[in-house]
Amino acid sequence: MTAALGLILAGCGREDLSVLRPQGPAAESSFALMKLSISIMIVVLLVVFSIAAYVWIRFRRKPDQNEIPKQVEGSFKLEVLWTVIPLILVVVLAVPTVKAVFAAGNDHSDDKDAIKVKVTGHQYWWEFEYTDYGVTTAQDLVIPAGKDIAFELSTKDVLHSFWVPSLSGKMDTNPDGTVNRFSFSAPNEGVYRGKCAELCGPSHGFMEFKVKSVSSTAFEEWLASMKAPDSVLPDDPALAETFKSQCLTCHATGSMQDLSQAPNLTGIGSRESVAGILLNDDTRVDGAPVEENLKTWLHDPQSVKPGNKMPDPKDLGLSDEEIDGIAEFLAGYTLD
Amino acid sequence: MAEAAQSLHPSQPLKHGHSVKRHTGLMDWITTVDHKKIAILYLWAGGIFFGIGGLEAILIRIQLIKPMNTFLDAQTFNELITMHGTTMIFLGVMPVIFALMNAVIPLQIGARDVAFPFLNALGFWTFLFGGILLNLSWVMGGAPDAGWTSYTPLSSTGYSPTHGVDFYTIGLQIAGLGTLIGGINFLATIITMRAPGMSFMRMPMFAWTTFITSAIILFAFPAITVGLVLLTFDRILEANFFNVAGGGNPVLWQHIFWIFGHPEVYILILPAFGVISEVIPTFSRKRLFGYSSMVFATILIAFLGFMVWAHHMFTTGLGPVANALFSVSTMLIAVPTGIKIFNWLFTMWGGQVRFTTPNLFAAGFIPTFTMGGVTGVMLASAPADFQFHDTYFVVAHFHYVIVGGLVLGLFAGLHYWWPKMFGRMLSETLGKWTFWTFIIGFHLTFFVQHFLGLMGMQRRVFTYLPNQQFDLLNLVSTIGAMLMGVGMLIFLTNIFLTSRRPADAADDPWEDGRTLEWTIPSPPPEYNFKQTPLVRGLDAFWKEKMAGHKGMTPSEPVGSIHMPSATILPFLMSVGIFIAGLGFMFSRDEFSSSIMSFLFNNYIVTALGLLITFGSMLMRSLFDDPGWHIEPEELEGR
Repeated sequence: MTAALGLILAGCGREDLSVLRPQGPAAESSFALMKLSISIMIVVLLVVFSIAAYVWIRFRRKPDQNEIPKQVEGSFKLEVLWTVIPLILVVVLAVPTVKAVFAAGNDHSDDKDAIKVKVTGHQYWWEFEYTDYGVTTAQDLVIPAGKDIAFELSTKDVLHSFWVPSLSGKMDTNPDGTVNRFSFSAPNEGVYRGKCAELCGPSHGFMEFKVKSVSSTAFEEWLASMKAPDSVLPDDPALAETFKSQCLTCHATGSMQDLSQAPNLTGIGSRESVAGILLNDDTRVDGAPVEENLKTWLHDPQSVKPGNKMPDPKDLGLSDEEIDGIAEFLAGYTLD
Repeated sequence: MAEAAQSLHPSQPLKHGHSVKRHTGLMDWITTVDHKKIAILYLWAGGIFFGIGGLEAILIRIQLIKPMNTFLDAQTFNELITMHGTTMIFLGVMPVIFALMNAVIPLQIGARDVAFPFLNALGFWTFLFGGILLNLSWVMGGAPDAGWTSYTPLSSTGYSPTHGVDFYTIGLQIAGLGTLIGGINFLATIITMRAPGMSFMRMPMFAWTTFITSAIILFAFPAITVGLVLLTFDRILEANFFNVAGGGNPVLWQHIFWIFGHPEVYILILPAFGVISEVIPTFSRKRLFGYSSMVFATILIAFLGFMVWAHHMFTTGLGPVANALFSVSTMLIAVPTGIKIFNWLFTMWGGQVRFTTPNLFAAGFIPTFTMGGVTGVMLASAPADFQFHDTYFVVAHFHYVIVGGLVLGLFAGLHYWWPKMFGRMLSETLGKWTFWTFIIGFHLTFFVQHFLGLMGMQRRVFTYLPNQQFDLLNLVSTIGAMLMGVGMLIFLTNIFLTSRRPADAADDPWEDGRTLEWTIPSPPPEYNFKQTPLVRGLDAFWKEKMAGHKGMTPSEPVGSIHMPSATILPFLMSVGIFIAGLGFMFSRDEFSSSIMSFLFNNYIVTALGLLITFGSMLMRSLFDDPGWHIEPEELEGR
C-alpha cells in the first residue's frame, strides 16, 4: 500500500520543488515517514468512515419507530480495543520517527569531507558563504552532487526558514546565540527551488533561491572562477564610476570584501534568477532573459519585491540610460 | 416581573431595603449580570468579529485565486492574515464558545446563575473592549502584520514600526483578561453550584468539557499574559526580553507563545467535543457510549496538551532529544482522541438516529475532525514535519481541526440550543442548506491545501510565481471559500427570519432532551429553576422520562430566590482599561497638537483610564451589594 501511495503521490508537483518527489536522502527520509503515516492514517480514516456510514444508514430512525433503544453504558472490551489499537499504531509510527530524528541530527559539522556553507538570511535574499574556500555568493547555492553539505544557519535581521522541498526539510535561521546546523545532499545534478518558510515581512513569499547541484569538477571550476577575478567594472569609465560609487558601497564583486549588506554580484549574469524571483530563461517559457530581468529589477525594485532594502537607483541619481547600462553590464558579468 | 410584584405589594418593598432597579433597552444589556443575557451578548459580539474574520479570509482567498495577483499589496495581505487568525481565535470562536457555555452550563447543572455573575459581566466587557481595541488598528495607523504568532524580531519595533503589534499585544491582553475571568468563573460554578444529586460523574459531557476547558484556561492564559507583557515592554519601554543585542532571545517568545498556544487549541476543541457529546445522544435516543472513558479521555487530552508545545518548533532547532520527546508526546494525544471518536460512533450504533440540523453538523463533524486529527499525528512526526511545517499542509490541518472540528461543533450547538436561548426553533430547511453549503465549501477550500503544501507552497505568502502547479488548486480553494461564505449568509438569513416568528418553542423542543436545560421553559425565566431539581442519575431528565415522570422532582420547596443586582461597574471597568491601554500605546508618540502630546506623553490618558477602572473597583468594594429576592408570589404568577 505504501508503495502504491508513493506512486500516486509522485504525480504531484514539480520535480525540483515538490516534497512528494524527493531528490535526496534527507527528503527521502521525510517522505518515507510521510508514506508510513499516511498509510496508517488512511486505514484509520477508512475504519471511521465505514463505521460512520454504517451507523448513519443502518440506525436511521424509521417513521414508525417509537420504542426506546437499549441504553448501553459502554463496553469494556470495545473501549480497551480502541485504546490499545491506536496505541500500537502510535508505536509503529513513533519508532521510525525517533530513529529519523536522530539521523537528521547528524549535521556533518565535523565531517572533513563535507562542504561547509554558512547560510545567512536577509530580508529578502540569501547569502551563502563557503567558509573553507573564502567564497561568498547570493541566491544561487552551488553544491557538488553527492557530497554532504554542512550548513550553519543564521539571520541578519528577522527569522527566516531555509527550505529546499525536494532535497530536505526546512530549518530556521535564528539570530546569533541560537545558530542552527543541519545537512543535506543532492545526489543528482540539477537545479532545485528553495524558499523562505518563515514569515519575514511583505516579500516573504518572494524570498526564493535556487540550489544548483553540479559535478565535482564543475564545482571546483565554479569555486576557482569565483575566486579568480579582480573586481570587474563596466567598460565605460563614467558608468564604472557610477557603479563603484552607487552600487559597490553595499554590494561586493570579485575579490572585494563582502560586508554582508547586499547580495554579492560576482557572476550575477550566470545565475538562475534576478532577485530570486525574476527567473532567467532565454526561451521565455518560465521567465525572461537575464538582461531584461535586471532592467525590470533596477528600474523599480520596490514593485518587484515590496519592502526590500535596496534603494531605488533613480533615487540614487541614476538616469534610465545608466540603469540600462548597468543592467547590460551585469547581464554580461558571467563566470567562465 | 418585578414591576408586577411591586404593584401587588405597593406598600411592601422587596426584601433587602434597597430598591431593585430594573433597566430596559440598551441600559439593560450594559448592566446585565444574567448569564443568559451575557450569553446573547457573547454571541452577538463573537458573531460580528467572526464575520469580520470571515471577510478577511475571503479577501485573502481572492488575492490567492491566481498567481502574481495584485488585488492586495503585500503589506495589506500580511495585516489581513494576522488579523484573520487573531480575530477568529480570540474574538470569533472563543466568545461563541463562551456564549454556549453561558447559555447552557448553569441550566445543565441546575443552577440559577454562574458563581460570580458580576465577574461574568466583567469578562464579557473586557473581551469586547479588547476586541474593539485590536480592530481599531485598521483605522489608527495599520493593523498588526507579524502573523497571529507575532514571532520576534519581526514583531519588534525595528521591523514592525507601526502601532499594529501594540494593538495586538494590548488588545489581546485586555481580551485575555475576559477569558481568564470567564474560565475561573466556570470552574467555580461547576465545582460549587451543581444541583443536589449531581455528582461529578453525573454531569452532562458539555459541563465536563467546559470544566476541563476552564482549567486549561486557568493554566494556559497566564503564559500568554506574561508573554504579551514582555513583548509590550520590549516595544513600548524598550526592554530587551527578545532583543539579541540586549541579551534577549527571540526563541523565548516562541516557547512562551506555544506554551499558551497549544493548550489554546484544546481550549477551542474540547467544548466542541462537549457539544457533539450532547447532540449525538439526543438524536440517537441513546445514552453516551462510554461516558466515564469520555471523561477521562478529556482530562488526558488536557493534561497531554500542556506537554506538546514544542511540536510547533521542530524547525526552530531544538535538537534531536527535544524533537523526539515532543514527537512521541504529541502522537499520544491520538489515543484519547480516538477513544472519543469511537464512543460517538457507538453511541449511534443501535440507536435511532434523526438527522436534524444539529445532528447533521455533528455527523459532519466526526469524519471531518478525524481528518484533521490524523494530519495532526502526521505533523507530530518531527522529520516529516520538517517538510510540513509552515506550509499549506499545516494551514489545511489546523483549519480541519478548528473549522471542521470546532466551527461545525459550534453550528451543531447553536442550532441545538437556539430554541433554549431564544425560544424559537431555527428553520430546519435553511439549517440543512447551511450545513451542505458550508461543509462542501469547507472541504473544497481546505482539502486541496494539503497538496499545495506538499507541492512546495509555504504559508503566509501574499502571492506565488506561476508554473509551480499551484494555480488550479488555489482556484478551487478560493471557490470553496466563497461557498462557505454562502453557507454563512444562509445561516444569517435563518436567524433573521426566525427572529420574526413568535417565540413558541416548547420546553423540550427536540422531544428527546436528556439533560436539565430541557426541563424548564424556552427561554428560561431569569431565575432558571423555580425549584432546584433533584438529580437521580446521568441524563437526569431522560431518567425521569423513562420513569414515567413529566418533570424533575424538586429538591426544595418554592421559596424566595436570591438574585444578583444589575450593575454598570463591569462596563465602566472595561472602558477604563480600554482607555488606559490606548493611552499607554501612544505614550511615546509625537502628536501634531501639543495638548495631545502633553496628555499622552505624561501618561495622563493612561492614568485617567486606570482611575476609572480602579475607581469602579473601589465602588464595588465599598458599597456592599446584597442582591435582591424574587418572592414565591411572583413565581406562582399571583
